[in-house]
Amino acid sequence: MSELRLTVNGEHHVLDAPVGASLAHVLREELGLTGTKVACNEGHCGACTVQVDGVPRLSCITLAHAVEGEVTTIEGLREHPLVEAFVRADAVQCGYCTPGQVVSAAALVAANPQPTREEIRHAMAGNICRCGTYPKIEEAILSWQG
Amino acid sequence: MARLIRTEKEVEGRFEEVWIVVEEDPLEQWPAGPLTVVGRPAPRKDGAERVRGEARYTADIRLPGMLHAAVLRSPHAHARVRRIDLAPALALPGVRAAIGPGEAHGLEAEAGFSGAPVAAVAADTFDQARAGVEAIEVEWEELEVVLDPDEAVRRGLLNDEPRRTERGDVDRALAEADVVVEATYRTQTVLHNSLETHQAVCEWQGDTLHVYISTQFIWGVRQAVAETLGLPEDKVRVVCEFMGGGFGSKNGPDEYTFVAAELARRTGRPVRCALTRREEHTSAGNRNATIQRLRAGARSDGTIVALDGEFTNSLGWSGWNASTEGPMKMLYDCENVRTVTYGTKLNTPPMKAFRAPGFVEGTFGLECLIDELAAKLDVDPLELRRRNYASSNEGTPFSSKNLEDCYRRAEPHWERRHEVHARSDAVWKRGVGMASQIWYGGGGPPSYAWVRLGSDGRATVITAMQDIGTGTRTAMAQIAAEELGLPIEHVEVVLGDSARGPYASVSAGSSTLPSMGPAVRAAAADAKRQVIEIAAQRYHLEERVLDIRDGAVLSADGNLSAPVHEVVGLLEEAQILGKGARGPNPTGMSVLTFGVHVVEVAVDVETGEVRVERVAAIHDVGRIVNPLGASSQVEGGVIQGIGHTLSEDRLLDPETGRILTTSLDAYRMPTIADVPPEIVCEFVDRPDEHLTNLGSKGLGEPPIVPIAAAIANAIRDATGADVHELPISREEMLRALREAETRQREKEKRGAPAAV
Repeated sequence: MSELRLTVNGEHHVLDAPVGASLAHVLREELGLTGTKVACNEGHCGACTVQVDGVPRLSCITLAHAVEGEVTTIEGLREHPLVEAFVRADAVQCGYCTPGQVVSAAALVAANPQPTREEIRHAMAGNICRCGTYPKIEEAILSWQG
Repeated sequence: MARLIRTEKEVEGRFEEVWIVVEEDPLEQWPAGPLTVVGRPAPRKDGAERVRGEARYTADIRLPGMLHAAVLRSPHAHARVRRIDLAPALALPGVRAAIGPGEAHGLEAEAGFSGAPVAAVAADTFDQARAGVEAIEVEWEELEVVLDPDEAVRRGLLNDEPRRTERGDVDRALAEADVVVEATYRTQTVLHNSLETHQAVCEWQGDTLHVYISTQFIWGVRQAVAETLGLPEDKVRVVCEFMGGGFGSKNGPDEYTFVAAELARRTGRPVRCALTRREEHTSAGNRNATIQRLRAGARSDGTIVALDGEFTNSLGWSGWNASTEGPMKMLYDCENVRTVTYGTKLNTPPMKAFRAPGFVEGTFGLECLIDELAAKLDVDPLELRRRNYASSNEGTPFSSKNLEDCYRRAEPHWERRHEVHARSDAVWKRGVGMASQIWYGGGGPPSYAWVRLGSDGRATVITAMQDIGTGTRTAMAQIAAEELGLPIEHVEVVLGDSARGPYASVSAGSSTLPSMGPAVRAAAADAKRQVIEIAAQRYHLEERVLDIRDGAVLSADGNLSAPVHEVVGLLEEAQILGKGARGPNPTGMSVLTFGVHVVEVAVDVETGEVRVERVAAIHDVGRIVNPLGASSQVEGGVIQGIGHTLSEDRLLDPETGRILTTSLDAYRMPTIADVPPEIVCEFVDRPDEHLTNLGSKGLGEPPIVPIAAAIANAIRDATGADVHELPISREEMLRALREAETRQREKEKRGAPAAV
């Protein structure tokens, strides 16, 4: 075990975690932030996406002790207009990938508030949705400002 | 009154004769078209919970003292455990229990496929459990591995008897046909890959087993767990509030549930057993591969006179023989049809139902064959389909069939092909293809719901069903709101717990809405009747002049308008409870869904790359309850189907049977970048007047049925090449292009005037 200092959604945490623990594991198991989903646990699907200093990161293959910067999870984005946009557009089916989709989309619109369809497809291609909600996700991001 | 009937029950195209008690369903269907709530787009009731990451999935269940299990799986495609020693695992830190073959249902000494479950360990953490599994010592006796389905047929290695059907005289009809086409089609093994892996958390409280599980069938899990463990069914409680995808692979409990239950019993603590993604790829089931050897004969006027098919389903170590021949038997009016279907037993992972099992594969073969026939007859493919339109299912009338309406709506999309062809260039060839869809989706009894109406005038639908991500909560709320005359905001839906509501049917076979929707409407109608009885007495009016609309009890003359919460509020803390049951399906009728897809593709003839540029999906599934959710279902099915058609392929080592594609970078599912620029969804939206008080059929599966054939037919239209294998990889595309080129050269040679 080794001391771990993390800032998550603006809150500071000092924890003990085994060296080698993934950020996803610490968020879900130590901090109880289960909005971040783990679907493949090897960095292929995007379900576990969080932001570190605003940049999307795959938390399942990020070592918790190596994180320098502020972590934002879906729990820190619950009031983001994208949430309402996703619901309005029906950009959710089973919903397991959806928090990760919103975290990726939030990083995209922060950097580029009016992305084109092509830019959305480029930025979101790392987030797999097995239900195939992609057209609705595209709609949600295009219309996120209401 | 309850009525006992003997009826045919259908799930995923499998029929069984059952006795059921059904309650009369005296409700008349609502008029066709959008109503106040039903038929109008509704965002999901639980959308915000899911999007905000608040929805609690099985993967998020954390019980005090919970242990984690890991499973030892066979590295061999066929082997027997000669000796197994669990002691080294038990000696490791954190390990609390270990079990071997025979100690939990599903753990077996004979492993029939690479990834078969053999033993399991429970520990304080998952990593410790994995370390325990690795410490288990096993001595294996390797056995013969059979991977080739044709060899399995020859040797009689089948999971059940071959299924043979014939009507008419196929040999004679083929001999007399003006034109005969013949082709062999192959489809690959594909993985469901639900993003939430198969998993369960089990906890014993006294003599009751609580099972939290990611499932499509709460009551099926309850029944199967009780039966396997020898418990009364009411001693098993099954909970699934949210689940992260199933697609047919989560219709019952598997070894992970029994491993968790047994390890929980031995340790006295709750145990989670969750498959990893890699286990999901080896051990959670798959759509089976098929080989389809097909022939069709027609008269020169385009009348199809014979269809003949030999279908080999590569079921693997277990699984059931889905109806790959179904479309050939049912889609067209053809007097002479013969099929034989083999379900081969191989040393590969088990087949499990995957979104329209059998019909997805069979429609690819049949609808490609029909287009090859159209090309040979020089008949327009749409015209050929119309000329052979089936007006009954082998003599049994359809409860409703509006496929001709689908074809009519397809015309403008089909007519685009001239303009699409014109956009071809030297490298990118463009074309348009179509394929028809036929599938089940009628649902059936038994299914029950309750509607509770409080003195605040708010209603709660209670039924122990599951929402697998198809928008079930929303559709049920819409139906109850429509019947009760309440705004949808005043209707909640409680589901997901066998201890908290009546029996509900499986969410598979496109049956959730057609099975559950009528029960919910009946329960809401029962509650509404009670409100009106109370209002009639309170306001001294006859019941027949009262109705509820927009949350108020109204009299026909307009003199009374009392909000429901005032009427029910008279009762203070009392509650109204409405009960509803699903009535029977119409007797002597075939309940089926229909549709057609028109697809535009571009093919790079140099590299073999195929791009789907536009899909028009037109479906006839009776009444549409939520057009917004329905369009999501169609888009999702189309996209999953594009993956099946172009990129997904579960690969095996042909020597050892070990699975090569165990991760999501090797197994390629569609991403947002693979989605066609345009997917158009259209619905006939006409209630099936013979089917329940709702007239709705299911929509989960129909959109994945025709997409592969429509893409292949568009490729033929673009390039003249006949693709015969899924996925249509670049190799398969280039092979088909070369074959078409050779064919063309030979044709020119034959047709060319003799050299001077």
